Amino acid sequence: MEVKPYVRTAMLDGKPAPVTSSGPAGWLKKNLFDGPWNTAATLVALVVVFLLLSHLLPWVFQSVWNAENLAECREIIDATWGPEHSGACWAVIHDRYLQLIYGFYPWDFLWRPNLTFAMMLVAIAPVLFTQLPRKMLIFSCLFPFIGAWLLWGGSIWQPVMVLAGFGIGAAAFRYLAKVNRILSIAAAIVLPVIWWVFVMETVVHGLHAVIPLGLEPVQSNQFGGFMVSIIIGLTAITCSLPLGIMLALGRQTELFIVRTFSVGFIEFIRGVPLITLLFVASTLLNYFMPPGTNFDLIVRVIIMATLFSSAYIAEVVRGGLAALPKGQYEAADSLGLDYWQAQQLIIMPQALKIAIPGIVSTFIGLFKDTTLVSIIGILDPIGLSNAIRADSAWNGIYWELFAFIGFVFFIFCFSMSRYSMYLERKLNTGHR
Amino acid sequence: MAIASDPPKGGFQLSQLIYDTRYRSMTIQVATLIGVLALVFWLGANVTENLAELGKPIDFGFLGEPAGYDINQRLIEYDNQDIHARAAFVGLLNTLLVAFLGCILATVVGVLVGVLRLSHNWIVAKIMTVYVECFRNVPVLLWIVLAMAIMIEALPQPRDFRGDDPAASMLFDAFAFTNRGVYIPEPLFSRSLGDFSFFGIFDISIDLIAILAVLAAGIFTAKKIGAQADQIQNQTGIRPKTWPKTAGVILVPLLAILAILGFHLGYPALKGFNFDGGTHLRNSLIALWLALSFYTAAFIAEIVRGGIMAISKGQSEAAAALGLRPNRIMRLVVLPQALRIIIPPLISQYLNLTKNSSLAIAVGYMDLTGTLMGITLNQSGRELECVMLTMLIYLAISLCISGAFNIYNQRVKLKER
Repeated sequence: MEVKPYVRTAMLDGKPAPVTSSGPAGWLKKNLFDGPWNTAATLVALVVVFLLLSHLLPWVFQSVWNAENLAECREIIDATWGPEHSGACWAVIHDRYLQLIYGFYPWDFLWRPNLTFAMMLVAIAPVLFTQLPRKMLIFSCLFPFIGAWLLWGGSIWQPVMVLAGFGIGAAAFRYLAKVNRILSIAAAIVLPVIWWVFVMETVVHGLHAVIPLGLEPVQSNQFGGFMVSIIIGLTAITCSLPLGIMLALGRQTELFIVRTFSVGFIEFIRGVPLITLLFVASTLLNYFMPPGTNFDLIVRVIIMATLFSSAYIAEVVRGGLAALPKGQYEAADSLGLDYWQAQQLIIMPQALKIAIPGIVSTFIGLFKDTTLVSIIGILDPIGLSNAIRADSAWNGIYWELFAFIGFVFFIFCFSMSRYSMYLERKLNTGHR
Repeated sequence: MAIASDPPKGGFQLSQLIYDTRYRSMTIQVATLIGVLALVFWLGANVTENLAELGKPIDFGFLGEPAGYDINQRLIEYDNQDIHARAAFVGLLNTLLVAFLGCILATVVGVLVGVLRLSHNWIVAKIMTVYVECFRNVPVLLWIVLAMAIMIEALPQPRDFRGDDPAASMLFDAFAFTNRGVYIPEPLFSRSLGDFSFFGIFDISIDLIAILAVLAAGIFTAKKIGAQADQIQNQTGIRPKTWPKTAGVILVPLLAILAILGFHLGYPALKGFNFDGGTHLRNSLIALWLALSFYTAAFIAEIVRGGIMAISKGQSEAAAALGLRPNRIMRLVVLPQALRIIIPPLISQYLNLTKNSSLAIAVGYMDLTGTLMGITLNQSGRELECVMLTMLIYLAISLCISGAFNIYNQRVKLKER
């Protein structure tokens, strides 16, 4: 009997996957209805989402944007959607948004914070995006002085002379370095301090008398709203970065006394709530200064917020330093670099790169924590929401204000955390 | 090393203090010490001068004076004739109470959300992501005042519970949620053993001590039974049934002591315009507790998710290959490893929660900040003493929590060679 072997000579075409495992239906089955438990979870989730949205969306969108006060708002809502409907009264935001942003900053001078904000974006850009020309960093260094002058006003000679202090320090460092390095460092620290504390005020007065250039001064108690949150948050984080790096290095060093002080400071600050530090700023800081000194509440808050976040930054940077392979330190030593050279050229660029996500999240935390200043009487957005509610026109309005403030904070913080993720991806050189 | 630094010839020169590495570290340290001491002396001198000018030298005597204010939410007896120190102590207990409750709820919610964020169910995972992002990116103070506003505005008034056809009703006839707070049943003892007083500052109920002692003894015995079962299992391979015995040694003595003490629940009941009886949890406590818990839970969820994701997939695959079921894989293989990663950041979240509880002042919950740094400060005018004392107490709490958890951390840490 002849056996005819069955041998296929041509390959069959592949069949398309069944509809249940590909396309939208497959996606639905895999992600939403995979087994009884999963189906139940999906249904429960859908019900929850439906309940939330069916209450929230009408409230948000069937709402009033133009009204003089809360009663009028309610009347319009009743007339339009019936008395059963509860809609948001966004008119309060429409009515008071300038206040929520600027506080009680004089209306005529709103261009000043606006200009400062625009300049701030320009100043931050080269720090955030390395593709931009490096020359822009010069503007970033000058910005704090211009910004402070624009916001608080006063004589233009004040910021110029403060800047001159840095100039004096740099000049002293450069020219005395030829004589003696130690002497030049000491002079670069001492001379500017002498200039700022003893000489500057007379010079500013003199120059202002000769050439009176300046802006109308604005008192700190007129500051408020998101402006104050951004001022405190941004200044504190900028100042706390160098301080935090120094503290982190101090904690890592082998010098016993330096290490003890660093650890003590960091642990103390991290062990107490920010609100106690703010109380120190509002009630105690003047006790620690020579009698007669009385400086601005916002500046005092910035000082305490700086100390607070520097301790957290120090811990983040320490994490970065610890994550660096020991070989990097040894390689730097073997090249004959001294401590500061090694830090500047080898250690810090890598350690800070590792620490960036932590630094950003510290900043987000600090930015959110600026709302605490409402407790010591600064009119930040939350403080202002109480002030607006105290007005008889808007008495009893809660949710709209909270929703607006929360929304703005969400936008800021969420975009910052996304930026940090972008940076993490960009800097990830596959080193770990 | 020996070749590089040959000893300088001649005697000691002053410049060696800076240029010679052998002495330089000493120089730096001494300079730092002098600098810090000078700063401290300068600040101290300023403080003494300022205080002398104001005519109020540092004095903690005010702590012994009558406080003269009431604290509505308290764990121990207190009235406005008690001294400031006792008021501060009531505040401290309130801080610890909300921190303790908050840590528990935040952990439960956080772990749940963190695990659900990893769910294969797309919509559940997305909902959890939205929850985490919403809570993480909005200030905790806003959540606290929002929770307070919800408590006051959205819950029914006590008078809504009245009448034949009330607008609101009690849950199980035992819990009442009103805009003046939440009323829950309170434990009462008809044959109470009374209180034990520590130097008149702190009273503790002997009933509570007795119950805790019986419970501890029960758990200790149950552990013994478990260890015995382990031993039998090791020898014979068969694990004897332990749960009836375990339940017996814990529950029977507990029920016995409760019966001896005459334990019963006191239910809240509507009397006049308000509820009477039961334990009254103030709005401020509930609002603070919920806001802190859900805010911290968002961070804990991220920590839990990160911890679970850090365990390599091979671990769970290997466990599956051994024939373990999914929940056992989680319990026996993934979680023990993930916990090592999760615990340290979790501790810092607990610390954050405890420190954030000081925001109680925004809703009027009388915690340490509200008593010692709030009304006591305003009444006595002793800013320096009050703020310093408050900071020290918070510091002590933080150090205790982190110390305790560090010990635990050392124990679960991987024992490497």
